[in-house]
Amino acid sequence: MADEQHITEVSGTGVPIPGDDIDTDQILPARFMKEVTFDNMADYLFYDARRDDDGERNEHPLNRFEGASIAVVNSNFGCGSSREHAPQAMMRWGVDGVVGESYAEIFRDNCKSIGIPAVTTDHETVTELQAWIEDNPDGDVEIDVEGETVSYGGRTIDVDITDAMQEALVEGIWDTTTLMYSNMSKVETTAASLPYVENA
Amino acid sequence: MSDGTLYDKVWEKHKVTELPNGQDQLFVGLHLVHEVTSPQAFGMLEERDLDVAFPDRTFATTDHVVPTEADKRQRPFPDREAEEMLSALERNTADSGITFFGFDSGKQGITHVVAPELGLSQPGMTVACGDSHTATHGAFGSIGIGIGTSQIRDVLATGCIAADKQKVRRINVEGTLGEGVYAKDVILKIIQDLGVDGGVGHVYEYGGSAIDALDMEGRLAVCNMSIEGGARAGYINPDETTYEYLRGREYVPEGEAFEERKAYWESIASDAGAEYDDVVTIDADGIDPLVTWGINPGQVIEIGDAVPSPADFDARTDREAAERALKHMDIEPGQSMLGYDVDVAFLGTCTNGRVSDFEAAARVLEGNTIDGDVRALAVPGSETVRAECERRGIDETFINAGFQWRRAGCSMCLAMNDDALEGDEVCASSSNRNFVGRQGSKDGRTVLMNPAMVAAAAIEGAVTDAREYLDDDPTGSAGGVGDGEVAD
Repeated sequence: MADEQHITEVSGTGVPIPGDDIDTDQILPARFMKEVTFDNMADYLFYDARRDDDGERNEHPLNRFEGASIAVVNSNFGCGSSREHAPQAMMRWGVDGVVGESYAEIFRDNCKSIGIPAVTTDHETVTELQAWIEDNPDGDVEIDVEGETVSYGGRTIDVDITDAMQEALVEGIWDTTTLMYSNMSKVETTAASLPYVENA
Repeated sequence: MSDGTLYDKVWEKHKVTELPNGQDQLFVGLHLVHEVTSPQAFGMLEERDLDVAFPDRTFATTDHVVPTEADKRQRPFPDREAEEMLSALERNTADSGITFFGFDSGKQGITHVVAPELGLSQPGMTVACGDSHTATHGAFGSIGIGIGTSQIRDVLATGCIAADKQKVRRINVEGTLGEGVYAKDVILKIIQDLGVDGGVGHVYEYGGSAIDALDMEGRLAVCNMSIEGGARAGYINPDETTYEYLRGREYVPEGEAFEERKAYWESIASDAGAEYDDVVTIDADGIDPLVTWGINPGQVIEIGDAVPSPADFDARTDREAAERALKHMDIEPGQSMLGYDVDVAFLGTCTNGRVSDFEAAARVLEGNTIDGDVRALAVPGSETVRAECERRGIDETFINAGFQWRRAGCSMCLAMNDDALEGDEVCASSSNRNFVGRQGSKDGRTVLMNPAMVAAAAIEGAVTDAREYLDDDPTGSAGGVGDGEVAD
């Protein structure tokens, strides 16, 4: 079983990824999912958006903010396909935490599963932070998961995080397999009570 | 907070316990597995030396990467990566004692087509799959939940997911659908009204006269696109249409056992006095077929309407999205989608890859040939669907019209196999997502529509109102709308 890992704060330089409704097909195009592990996924992150028509790297923020740890996104980020490949690619590229206006639910669940805090705040606050990062590419952005704040450039803003995600990350119980495996006898009881489950 | 809904009842019956993080541990009654999102999860199990907890409740097939051209389905596949993915799935399911519907079974196909037609998806179940279109199974009155790979690991190892209970929104869809208007149009109408993120935090319960009148294949199409409206799950309460569809299917009990099971199905339907977090009504009476004009499924209009201007939208996010969409699709506000040039016609997918979908398209194609510049693919949602279409001679109609008649798979919905758009081709598509790059080319353009509309677009080489092709049909029977077939 994986060791308990408490995630109370994450920090580093930021990368703004502006735009609403950025779907997981953009984050990780489907043609790059034809691998049986997540190992190479960082290479494919925003693959099409990061290249011009000749295949050369363009001015996409991910090309300009290499080494960043905190992604700052807008609303309904990660909508569409359930592919965990999307947050896995972000994590393997270097993203340790996300600040945004809102997330699609499966994307947020996937972030929780792999220990990436995804916090939310309003549109104005997000765009201010994105602009600050553009001006301060080497500036530090810190997400305090426990205190529900984001700090940068000498200011601290309040952010929201779902109770389940906060509890899971801070208490180090985001590995739900370990958590649920300890209840297997109760699982057997529930299964046996269902009219459609045989041999449980 | 909702009370007495199907969602509340099914949740309560499947809740194992509350977890320390405040979520519920929920038993998954049916776990569907495919080749793309599962190998990493099986790998995680192996690392931890864990076995699959409920192999009898787990079923696998292969859909996302498989070739759909018959002569490319010989093993090993020429596509080395696809071969590795399918081999891994065969190995993992064999090692774990999981039933796998491979090519040899004759039942291979898209998970969300295969499980319903075999009778695996039933009312009152929780269904999970590493695919966002798992809501499809809600058509039976089950709770279908799309999950990521770490959650697949959870389900394999424990038979459970950790989940937060959502709010329940009742959507009453009222009215009668006209000739040549289908379930696909109903769900596009719902998404047009409620938006692509309107369902975030909610489960959708679809009901009302327009939903009651749909047959099971139509209901599957509606629930399938719940996620396109932001709702992770969507369902329809089971009724006689549901029970009669299930009767006699392979994984459904027979005789007295059927009646016992039916008693359970009836018991989990929402109570007459159920409380919902909110209730909305959608007027579907006399709607025209809908087509998308943009790059998300909410950017959609009835076929006679004009493409909107960004200024028409109240929300800043919608205005900005409309600007991006107009640019990508290379159209102007005020323009009609009628006559928009089409290069590719794609019929199939977990939304519209069932027998009634091919029937509806065949009615339009009968006696016609497709435009010489159009590449047209008919891809059955499963090998069972293909066999049934071929038994009825529907394949001949497609082939005679100039369509390529393929084998089952996800195909050009997301282009993980050879079926992909090239350059800035425009595709008239019966699929569910018109996202940029979705069909395999970053400049490709997707226009979502119902299957009959795909057929008409193939004939004309342009977006067309398919009802023009139905005028001389006196029978008035169309797949997806079960007038006269509904038992109550």
